Amino acid sequence: MRDVAIVSFAASTTPHSNLDDVEMLAPVIHEAIESSGLARREIGFTVSGSCDYLCGRPFSFLMALDAASAWPPISESHVEMDGAWALYEAWVRLQIGDIDAALVYAFGKASQGDLNAVMATQLDPYYLAPLGVDAECFAALQARAMLDAGRCTERDMAAVAARGRRDAGLGAASADELLRAPYKLAPLRAHDCPPVTDGVAAVVLVAGDRARQLHKRPAWIRGIDHRIEAPSPGVRDLTRSPSTALAARAAGVGRAKVDLAEIHAPYTHQEIIVREALGLDASVVINPSGGAPGAHPVMSAGLIRVGEAARRILDGSAQRAVAHATAGPCLQQNLVCVLEGEQ
Amino acid sequence: MEGKQDPASPAEALSAPYVLAYTYRRSVGPVIGRFLTGLREGRIEGVRTAAGRVLVPPAEYDPETGAAVGDFVEVGAAGVVQSWCWVSEPRAGQPLDRPFAWALVKLDGADTAMVHAVDAPSPAAMRTGMRVCVRWRAERVGSVRDIACFVPDEGSGASEAPPMPPAEPVRGMLSPVHLEFTISPGATLSRFLEGVVEGKLLGRRCPACAKVYVPPKGACPTCGVPFGDEVAVSDTGTVTSFCIVNVPFEGQTMKLPYTYGSVLLDGADIPILHLISGIPADEVRMGLRVRAEWLPAGERRPTLESIRWFAPTGEPDAAYETFSEHQ
Ligand SMILES: [Zn+2]
Repeated sequence: MRDVAIVSFAASTTPHSNLDDVEMLAPVIHEAIESSGLARREIGFTVSGSCDYLCGRPFSFLMALDAASAWPPISESHVEMDGAWALYEAWVRLQIGDIDAALVYAFGKASQGDLNAVMATQLDPYYLAPLGVDAECFAALQARAMLDAGRCTERDMAAVAARGRRDAGLGAASADELLRAPYKLAPLRAHDCPPVTDGVAAVVLVAGDRARQLHKRPAWIRGIDHRIEAPSPGVRDLTRSPSTALAARAAGVGRAKVDLAEIHAPYTHQEIIVREALGLDASVVINPSGGAPGAHPVMSAGLIRVGEAARRILDGSAQRAVAHATAGPCLQQNLVCVLEGEQ
Repeated sequence: MEGKQDPASPAEALSAPYVLAYTYRRSVGPVIGRFLTGLREGRIEGVRTAAGRVLVPPAEYDPETGAAVGDFVEVGAAGVVQSWCWVSEPRAGQPLDRPFAWALVKLDGADTAMVHAVDAPSPAAMRTGMRVCVRWRAERVGSVRDIACFVPDEGSGASEAPPMPPAEPVRGMLSPVHLEFTISPGATLSRFLEGVVEGKLLGRRCPACAKVYVPPKGACPTCGVPFGDEVAVSDTGTVTSFCIVNVPFEGQTMKLPYTYGSVLLDGADIPILHLISGIPADEVRMGLRVRAEWLPAGERRPTLESIRWFAPTGEPDAAYETFSEHQ
């Protein structure tokens, strides 16, 4: 395998932006490239993650290319998935060895529509869509399964929200204070659900010695893998995430001590499921960025987890970090990435 | 990093409602089709996998092995709640218009759970492990909604589904999608469209390549950097290319034939597309000098339709070299 590292990361999130996708993206992509030290023409591959349903426009990623400087023509790809999967594609592309640098970005403005209705369009059209069931309901069924199985309490869930909100600078409400709120979709309260967020993120990946020239401490990708489970929630044990566990094993999470983990858990109980599936012990710092309770820009939230983990390697505050991204209802699909600083 | 915004962003930008609505006509195939046909006839059928598990609702392939599934098996119309959540504010289109529970229900004889609504009086009446049974709809069409909902089982089990007249097996279904948005053109285009209402065409200059874009975008497509200064351009320009529309199509409002052209406005570096009128279609040519015909001030709205069309100025044609870059 060729050594590939993250050398820069930039992101922008806000509950609602008046800017369009390109206006949000252009400064963030610019910042990621500037801080990487690369010239734009050194980027051999550009790949993005987004979802047309968020803005209701087909092929919206083509318009977003205005932010990526597509002249002279560039080598480009797109996934209709969170940007973490775009990063996986970029990592694979860099393994070929003919180029040394790739730009990954993701964008989405969830505030433009009814996010719950948008997310429902990914559900089974035969058995689920006709019911008017939505993504949040599946999270609630999963949370109840966790509570019934004794795998967590509502207070454990509130504690995830309280820590995330505190670390994201959204206030110091304790878990007990949060628990006084009424149910939104019992057993979920509003703090258990992700805030609607508009956001974009960009990451620059560079291979081998070029990465060492650009940064004194690149965040090396030492393992990356993603796995998916059956779509129907009724056939899965919702209290476990075997796809996360498999991806974590393939990525080598358990091979050495982990300093911190950035977990993409849209709903609070999902952090508890993923943390266990990753096999992390109590010493691991979870989501120092605040995670989903702080901001949850659909389509870039996973890429931001990877970027936030990389940021702490790049700045020297961590040596080994794990990043996780998820997609689909009830943690259907999961990506795990292990990042390490220079030994 | 959180909450960073373009400092040039106005506090307000234009926005407009936007609805995406369409209906897919889906084929259901032999497995889902048989399940839906069964529902219409008041019967719930699953499929048995090679390992002997009964999947309800049936999958076309075993989700664990990918192998084709085997025989259909009728299962009970009552079962056990595996998990549930409480909807205190139902939305239009859901099975019940009063508060209800969503539940994963494992029917008697099934090994997997199906999602449906449970009509319970309150969350206090719900618990994992409780028994529920089907409430059938009287008029059934071959849909998962033929099960109106589940209800707590008082011990008597599900009542028989009222009979339906015999009909062909279910082969398809309609899947409507309806999504509502409030979309904004963003700060840059909002500013341009506000200018149009005032009868002005405001471009933006790229700080890297110095080209003036009208209408401006969020970033220069060539350089990938946000635009710099606002530049007012003229409402006169040169036709760089055109096409003549002779074919009627649905939704068309113009009288045939009419001309659609690329107009390079004086002071701009990128042509805009608009109607060319005030001249017979067969006399429109590259290099023709034209001017915008604006709607009266009170009728202008934030759209390029506030320019009725471009019409000849009567000036001599522009020399080819002045627009050859735009071919
Ligand atoms: Zn430019």
